[in-house]
Amino acid sequence: MITNGDVLIKVDDIHKVFDDSLHALNGVSDEILKGEVVVIVGPSGSGKSTFLRSLNLLEVPTSGHIYFEGVDITAKQTDIDKHRQKMGMVFQHFNLFPHKTILENITLAPIRILKKTREEAETQARELLRKVGLAEKAQAYPSQLSGGQKQRIAIVRALAMDPEVMLFDEPTSALDPEMVGEVLELMKQLAHDGMTMAVVTHEMGFAKEVATRVLFMDQGQIREQGTPEDFFGNPKDPRLQEFLSKIL
Amino acid sequence: MLQEKFYDNFIKDDRWKYIWEGLGVTLQVTFFAVLLGIIIGFLIAIIRSTYDKTGKMKLLNFFCNVYLTVIRGTPVVVQLMIIYFVIFGSVDISKVFVAIMAFGINSGAYVAEIFRSGIMSIDNGQFEAGRSLGFNYPQTMRYIIMPQAFKNVLPALGNEFIVLLKETSVSGYIALQDLTKGGDIIRSRTYDAFMPLLAVALIYLVMVMIFTKLVNILERRLRNSDH
Repeated sequence: MITNGDVLIKVDDIHKVFDDSLHALNGVSDEILKGEVVVIVGPSGSGKSTFLRSLNLLEVPTSGHIYFEGVDITAKQTDIDKHRQKMGMVFQHFNLFPHKTILENITLAPIRILKKTREEAETQARELLRKVGLAEKAQAYPSQLSGGQKQRIAIVRALAMDPEVMLFDEPTSALDPEMVGEVLELMKQLAHDGMTMAVVTHEMGFAKEVATRVLFMDQGQIREQGTPEDFFGNPKDPRLQEFLSKIL
Repeated sequence: MLQEKFYDNFIKDDRWKYIWEGLGVTLQVTFFAVLLGIIIGFLIAIIRSTYDKTGKMKLLNFFCNVYLTVIRGTPVVVQLMIIYFVIFGSVDISKVFVAIMAFGINSGAYVAEIFRSGIMSIDNGQFEAGRSLGFNYPQTMRYIIMPQAFKNVLPALGNEFIVLLKETSVSGYIALQDLTKGGDIIRSRTYDAFMPLLAVALIYLVMVMIFTKLVNILERRLRNSDH
């Protein structure tokens, strides 16, 4: 894939302690370059979701720093809302707004935050909907959609803010098996278009095929990372070997 | 016989005016107390749920808790008398105003808890989705959480207003001539308890039924988006 070497997100030794006892993150450092597709895997409770959610400060690290486009977003005086606009996020449970139509779900933030006109925002939304093949759902409500459709809408909603990076937190884990494909297909498309992505997932096929780099996390640390070929073909960390033997 | 009684209780000396004017006072007190209760309840719910979610507003949250504890821990009729005879004891002040204050402040405590439970009932994922798009805390509340919370609490809110309407019937304790007091005055003139009190009860019942109907219509409209 295309990487031009610019560091988009730099993570510097972050720790996260929940309720003074559970160490979810134990000193994680990493750099995500523009255009990279970083897939994060690991057993449950390994801290991979916490790590991803730290990138836009949905989880605030207990210590350490995170830089987005060179700005320390963990600094007290930083306006995190400004930076979050450029970091799209997709959740396991979609989190569409049930009281709004699909079109309103997509246009809410562009209108209210980016101050786009309604026409502008709706034109863009319909364009995105057409791309993901859901143009006819514009006036529907989330409850009328299947899981796969909801997640594609959630992706579109994030894309409508023209983000620099997309964060995916187990985007297919809550889907019925027959709907996983349509969501992964859209994510592949995004990656192909050059979007910078960080993805927590259990879909090893996606990691193999799309990732530019795979991270293995365990006990709050990055234990190993590499290209998909090295990562799956020649794992070195014993715990990664064990993990892969269980799931492959 | 019955006709005579009806004449004595309502027609003679224009006694129906006690009921009619009492009804006006009851509606006036209820309407403005509901408004006051919503404003107080809304503000307190915002403060308390902001504290629950973010840990901010610690001091304000403390005062809100004191308010809730005191108001919910004492009878409304005692609060009404304290406001009239103690707080405004030495000033000449409109009884209607006092009643509005007392019932509004009282209702605010219950409305606050209703709103707060509504806010807390919205899945945290909704909140995170809003924040991740770049909305700040107040915007997320306004555009995403509140509209959903309001819909969820509408039945409880409607019930609270029905309770409030009926609670204003203790206004007679500060000699305010509301609907109940109006009926009671007729009783004291005619020595007939049956007719005036039954009339008063009927009027409350009809008002509650109309209000219940209105809330149901509103609920159905809001539910349209849920399918």
